[in-house]
Amino acid sequence: MGPEIESAALIEWLNLFFVATPFLFLILAFITGKSAEKRHYRSIKLREETWHHIPAITGKQLPGLPEINSAELVVGSVVVSIDYFKRLLSGFRMIFGGEMKSYSSVIDRGRREAVLRMKEASPKADMFLNCRIETSTISNGKGKAIGCAEILAYATAVRFRADV
Amino acid sequence: MTLTNVESIPGKTIVEHYGLVQGSTIRAKHFGRDFMATLKNIVGGELKGYTELMVEARQQASDRMIAQASELGANAIVNVRFTTTSVSQGAAEMLAYGTAVRCE
Repeated sequence: MGPEIESAALIEWLNLFFVATPFLFLILAFITGKSAEKRHYRSIKLREETWHHIPAITGKQLPGLPEINSAELVVGSVVVSIDYFKRLLSGFRMIFGGEMKSYSSVIDRGRREAVLRMKEASPKADMFLNCRIETSTISNGKGKAIGCAEILAYATAVRFRADV
Repeated sequence: MTLTNVESIPGKTIVEHYGLVQGSTIRAKHFGRDFMATLKNIVGGELKGYTELMVEARQQASDRMIAQASELGANAIVNVRFTTTSVSQGAAEMLAYGTAVRCE
């Protein structure tokens, strides 16, 4: 009698474990995702201030620019994904419509990060001309696949002639 | 080889045009990286393994484009564009294209 009761209890525990696992993931995702986002935004703001003096512009040339000495292509990219908790929230949002804030914050972080990486790739530049930002979905996350997007920023980094 | 994404090379003059050059690569993701990315996917944020993968792929695509341009005798590529497409689940194509020119 004894071992049977024990195995029944074990199965019950296992069941509980399998039921609880998604919830545990949810809680884990909520806590870590939130703190990671805050930390990332802090780092982005700090670095944006650091690089503020080197402008990245979408125009190809500005009248009145000093004479340009050298030019090179610089690229910055990042692949971002959304956390488990936000994905669930966005599932609800799909029913009612409206802005999907959880997704826009992820893409916004990615985009600013990509631009910062592009600037960091050429720290000696004086200006970034013709800055382009592109977003592409690498995988849409259906079934077992991971839903993530790549954000790419590229521009022509120029240096002005020093003697002017 | 000078690469720019504007129509000219700032600070230099273009003396000859050679036309369109392109380079592309299709990359599949690595099993180990994919596993790590699945874990990372729970908490969200940057997937570093994938970022590296894309950077490598883009580097290869632009290397191929540069090889094609130097075969033509060009020393610069202007108006460079990058595009990414997911060809199938788990594989991405990276294409770099531009206009090969000779500048002085």
